[in-house]
Amino acid sequence: MEQLLTFITFVPLLGALLILLIPKEEERTIKNLSVGISFIPLLLSIYLWFAYDKAASGFQFEVMARWIPAINVNYHVGADGLSIPLIFLTALLTTLSLIYSSFTITRRVKEFFLLFLLLEMGMFGVFVSLDLVLFYVFWEIGLVPMYLLIGIWGQPKDRPQYSAIKFFLYTLAGSVCMLLAILGLYFYHGTFDIVKLSQELGPGKPLGPVFGGVSWLAIAAFWAFFVAFAIKVPLWPFHTWLPDAHTAAPTAGSVILAGILLKLGGFGMMRIALPIFPEQFWMYTWRVPIIPVLALLSIVYGALVCMAQWDLKRLIAYSSVSHMGYFMLGVAATAAAWGQANLRDAAAMASNGAAMQMFNHGIITGGLFFLVGVIYERAHTRDLQDFGGLSKVTPYYYGIFMVTALASLGLPGLAGFWAEFFVFRGAFEIIPWFAAIGVLGIVFTAAYILWKIIQYVFLGDFDAHKWEKVTHGAKLTDMFAFEKVTMWPLVLFMIGFGIFPTPLVDFFNTFAQALLGG
Amino acid sequence: MTEFFFNLTWLIPLFPLASFAIIVLWTNRNRLLSTWIAWIGIGLAWILGWAILFLAWGHSSELTPPTHGYPVPLYSIPTGTTELQLGFQVDTLTGLMLFMVPFVCLMIFIYSKGYMNYGRENVDPRYSRFFAYISLFACGMLGLVISDNFVTLLIFWEVMGLCSYLLIGFWFDKSYSDPKRITPKQAGLKAFLTTRIGDVIMLAGMLLLYSQVKTLTFREIFSEETLHHLATTYAFPGMPWATLCAILIFGGAVGKSAQFPLHVWLPDAMEGPTPVSALIHAATMVSAGVYLVARSFPLFVAVEGGVQLAVVAFIGAFTALFSSTIAVAQNDIKRVLAYSTVSQLGYMIAALGIGAYVAAVFHLITHAFFKALLFLGSGSVIHGVEHGHHETHHGSHGHEFDANDMMNMGGLLQRMPVTGWTFIIGALALTGIFPWAGFWSKDEILADAWNAFQHGGHFGVSSGWAFFVWLFLTLAAFLTAFYTGRQIFLTFAGTPRTEAARHAPESVPSMTWPLIILAGFATFLGLFGTPWANQFYQLIGQKAEVLGEHLPHGEFNPLVAGISTVVALSGWFIAWLIYGREPLTNPVDPLEKRLGRLYIWLKNKWYFDELYMNYIVHPSVRLAQACFAFDDKLVIDPLVDAFGRFGRWLSEWLKDAVDIPIVDGIVNGVGSVTAKFGEFMRATQTGKVQNYLLVAAVTVLLLLVLFVVRA
Repeated sequence: MEQLLTFITFVPLLGALLILLIPKEEERTIKNLSVGISFIPLLLSIYLWFAYDKAASGFQFEVMARWIPAINVNYHVGADGLSIPLIFLTALLTTLSLIYSSFTITRRVKEFFLLFLLLEMGMFGVFVSLDLVLFYVFWEIGLVPMYLLIGIWGQPKDRPQYSAIKFFLYTLAGSVCMLLAILGLYFYHGTFDIVKLSQELGPGKPLGPVFGGVSWLAIAAFWAFFVAFAIKVPLWPFHTWLPDAHTAAPTAGSVILAGILLKLGGFGMMRIALPIFPEQFWMYTWRVPIIPVLALLSIVYGALVCMAQWDLKRLIAYSSVSHMGYFMLGVAATAAAWGQANLRDAAAMASNGAAMQMFNHGIITGGLFFLVGVIYERAHTRDLQDFGGLSKVTPYYYGIFMVTALASLGLPGLAGFWAEFFVFRGAFEIIPWFAAIGVLGIVFTAAYILWKIIQYVFLGDFDAHKWEKVTHGAKLTDMFAFEKVTMWPLVLFMIGFGIFPTPLVDFFNTFAQALLGG
Repeated sequence: MTEFFFNLTWLIPLFPLASFAIIVLWTNRNRLLSTWIAWIGIGLAWILGWAILFLAWGHSSELTPPTHGYPVPLYSIPTGTTELQLGFQVDTLTGLMLFMVPFVCLMIFIYSKGYMNYGRENVDPRYSRFFAYISLFACGMLGLVISDNFVTLLIFWEVMGLCSYLLIGFWFDKSYSDPKRITPKQAGLKAFLTTRIGDVIMLAGMLLLYSQVKTLTFREIFSEETLHHLATTYAFPGMPWATLCAILIFGGAVGKSAQFPLHVWLPDAMEGPTPVSALIHAATMVSAGVYLVARSFPLFVAVEGGVQLAVVAFIGAFTALFSSTIAVAQNDIKRVLAYSTVSQLGYMIAALGIGAYVAAVFHLITHAFFKALLFLGSGSVIHGVEHGHHETHHGSHGHEFDANDMMNMGGLLQRMPVTGWTFIIGALALTGIFPWAGFWSKDEILADAWNAFQHGGHFGVSSGWAFFVWLFLTLAAFLTAFYTGRQIFLTFAGTPRTEAARHAPESVPSMTWPLIILAGFATFLGLFGTPWANQFYQLIGQKAEVLGEHLPHGEFNPLVAGISTVVALSGWFIAWLIYGREPLTNPVDPLEKRLGRLYIWLKNKWYFDELYMNYIVHPSVRLAQACFAFDDKLVIDPLVDAFGRFGRWLSEWLKDAVDIPIVDGIVNGVGSVTAKFGEFMRATQTGKVQNYLLVAAVTVLLLLVLFVVRA
């Protein structure tokens, strides 16, 4: 099991190669095989969850092999308290997406499943990488399959090509900045190793201060990383690719996009930007508070924009902007407390909250996109004004949707609450004024979820004539078995971590301790 | 034995939670089974709750909040180097709440079976769902009162908020022909969002408190040392942390207990089924706000004479008076009770604001019983009138009949004697007539206010504020008696004003028995809290140490009791003069003529709904639209697209202006020069040996000449 992370990362690639060998007419086989294969990393990641020694913390299951010795690039992977829950989340959402897709994808089946497995590899790769070049390579690998998923399987009326290109180029623009910063770090410090850079940089440490104390270079490199990650998160004002991409993508694509791809940006913030550039991060959260302002804008403005949406999928897409704003506020609070011993626990709580927000947002918003898929498959419309009274006709769907929506609005007792609670707990001690404005977002979130989504879709009387007219006579059935199978694991996590979040926080807390301990 | 039961405290909310899960997941198709599962769940919670209450009673000296209590820890969450400990506890305040909550819930659960028309043809289509929701609600309320920290409290608090939302909007498919009338689904949304505003303020207060004291467990926060720290460190100049946190936490109570200015949701919450109104919007959930303030009472008094107490006292007293003025002009039988609830909650809040902690809790408990009784009674009335209407208008749905409108009633005492008499008992308790429960609890609040005015209050409450509170509450007591009397005379006295009322039948036994039992409590409960043998004081007040001081005992004051009795009787008398002496025959309120524009003003609830709609809701929606336009149409996305278009334009330009003429030009130029040169050189390649020899000879000759010249 020494190579556990390697297995997790490359099993999907192996699966993709296997699928290449199957004739494309054998759709059933392709579907079953890819779902089956996706269970391997899922089981391995569950093993990883329990095998990680939280008491010892730090990076475990590390593998270090020389890759390009001439420039000191290594195949260096490892997992810690931050990445393990995210690896599990990736495996879980991929498996569920594949199950869901195996019932809903009918066009170009072989390519779809092939690309999906490649995508999974790319995401795992980012989470396990401890070398900047490796990180960068996986970061870019993930882009291509998602570009194709949106472009090919998107709904024609949602301008899939436009959205796919926008997604691709926007992220790429960020990546280019990141690449320059990576090279800069290498030229100054001679290493691409993330662990080394995050532990040994700084005055009085083996590698000396970052960029040898040349502050403009350090600031430029910090912003290069920050913008690359902020685009992915996405942080206001870099977010407009997201509603288009989400709306156009097929259901499973939206799930992965919201559930995991956004987390890559967040993960980068916490794995790279914060540990390598703590002083610069601190500078722009505390001295010149640009980052908390952007976080607040994401939260409040994102929630307001949601209130003005009439397309269900677009609304949920915008809700991601708002929700990831909480994440950013948590990271900003952690950064603002940098080096202040009396704020250490507050910083840890903010960091825990931010990390939890990533995990929970994956589960909850992933679930919401599945649920949008459920109704879209039936009605072929997403206009909120076309619906009404569905809770009478499809009570099961209503129940599941309600739980997910409530988790999304951060109802205490469901998973979303703890993340917000700890983010604000940290923020109220470290950057109280920003926190005070940020809590406004909670009210608006409740408004757009209960008013826009629940009330327009589920409440009121069901009008069969209207349904007939807007859907051209589509049959409205309650959830099918495969849809229930897709949703139940997510619902159980929402309730489970809502009631008892300790197992999850335990992981993130080891990360926070390591981050703040140095 | 005692500890064994105390350690089982966590089971109390779990029983109804299990009922909820079982009904939702498995038994929702079987109505009878679902009913029984809900009953068993709340029944077990009731038995265990009372067992714990009686055991705690025996040990009241070791279990008096705020600093004593039996902890039942649950689990902890790591927070950096420390941990956040969550858990439950048993103390005497919890015990008192466990006396009231599960029992009232049980009564309402039993009543609901008949109210939702079990076994009749018009049984509610979502009958089982109803029992699931109220079970979840009971879980929330029970969990709230046994929490030993703010986080668990908040969780259960919001669970109740959710149930309130679901239950108010229970008939979410209902719509009215009058577009101005609020529908259940809108009422549910309004309730949730309004209380959410309070909750967010409370969350901020809790988190600031947590930041300051690094714990959220009540026992630890309310220790003398911690309170002292909070009272002497400052958030802003002149604003100690204790004051700031107390005011913010009070925001939650304002929302949940429907106090001014967040009171607007409660009257509209009456769109829900009546047992819900009794359960959530009278007896239990709305009193959670009062409970919160009572529970955090030490925090509120940590700063002697601080502004936080004045805020609490003012909001409470103002709400008590203000909402009772509105109740005077309402015709909906439930809405009158709703405003009455707001007003009574104001009494409790005001009592806490002048330091009358025991009196507030006492009134909370008695009010829960008699207000639940009144609501269930009103439900029984509505149910009867609906049946009467159903009987007289077979199948005709042409005209909308409002069974809640008191103008459609009259003379129901003959038709529904059990409902009628129990309702009258509830009304006597509410208006504070000796010796019913409300007399004792309300009188204790008024007496405490009066005493604080006379001798200066405890905790630095100024006597001016105390007088203000006393005056407002006494005026409110007059109005309470008046609108309750009006309600009784309009509903039960005289002769029926409609066919529906003429044919209203008495309700089934599963509805009337809870009324009778609750009427018993409304009559006798007050006797446990008489000034001479106040069990409530002994239980939660006597041994309580707040900041090292013991809580004072409320003194009986014959003057105050006399004034409030006279005031209440005169309220009843005037109601009788207007509505009772000559029973109404036509549905026009005589008050309308007498009060004129004031009546319109009151009927429209001081226009708060319109105010909030025009100045908060609509601007928010417009702001949302503006943000979206900014995002999608005007600035951000157009910029991104412009950037993309610029890229394309740049590439086109480079192609046309740089690439083709210059870059490609150079490349082609090199090629064509080479080609030209080659063509030119081709002329020399004749293929004749003589020419080549000639060239060679000439070259050699030239080299020779060069050589000679150099030499």
